[in-house]
Amino acid sequence: MKIKSILLLFLFCFISINLLAQDENGGMASLMRSNGRIYVVVAVVLLILAGLILYLVRLDKKISKLEKDN
Amino acid sequence: MYKSWWKITGVVLVIYTCTAGFLLDVPQLPALGETIRNLYFHVCMWFAMMILFSISMVNAIRYLRTFDLKYDIYARQFAVVGIIFGILGYATGAIWMSFTWADPNNPTFDSFSTVARDPKLIGAAIALLVYFAYLVLRDSVNDMDKRARISSVYNIFAYAMLFPSIWIIPRLLPSLHPGGENGNPALDTKDIDGSMRMVFYPAIIGWTLIGVWITTLKIRINLLKEKKLSSL
Repeated sequence: MKIKSILLLFLFCFISINLLAQDENGGMASLMRSNGRIYVVVAVVLLILAGLILYLVRLDKKISKLEKDN
Repeated sequence: MYKSWWKITGVVLVIYTCTAGFLLDVPQLPALGETIRNLYFHVCMWFAMMILFSISMVNAIRYLRTFDLKYDIYARQFAVVGIIFGILGYATGAIWMSFTWADPNNPTFDSFSTVARDPKLIGAAIALLVYFAYLVLRDSVNDMDKRARISSVYNIFAYAMLFPSIWIIPRLLPSLHPGGENGNPALDTKDIDGSMRMVFYPAIIGWTLIGVWITTLKIRINLLKEKKLSSL
């Protein structure tokens, strides 16, 4: 349940990024377009990393539960 | 194994590596250019592999001292995750070298056949194959005690083979890889810029901790399996 609400929170965060991108002169949009757009790469890498780490955390929790049951 | 503070440290350090590693300025050298940022990723894979193999060997010795099967499981899982990091190091190195040592668009660069004969590449391949053989050997013996004993002894020999194949022989022969005849690449104080160390050292610790975390998960599953088997 907790994890689902955290995932939902992430989802809502990304919806707001989408809204910010609509604003041509907005803070996030200009940041993402500055410096040869390297920030876009950083965002992609961090998202992949976040996905992998979230997967590890979930595995860890599942194994902890199994250990408790035994 | 069950505490979470070091897992959080590992995650924070890897996230720091992936942000600072891309955003901080790096010195521009001919042929390398921005690719020197690979130092935070490619080199760290090998560091993590070396540390995981060391822990594996220590656990093999612990098994031989106590004959507790738990340590045999530790040794095997650390070796497996070490191999995964080694393969990642090899694959990332293959990408890096094809654009710095053997660029097909640049006629002054060495041809691919010279690169493929590089002692560092062959040495790393031998080291990984020796560890593949460890897995084949360990999983082909059915008797649990015999398996643990044989594979623990082999593990120590495999670790001893690591040193000539990836540390000594590449240092004796001319190599395109940094750290041929002149010392240790990246660790030498004259080799990389001070600002890069700010990311490089945390990156080593971060990637290693992630590797150890994955290993502990595998160990815990295997200990559970063992428990289930013995309770039947």
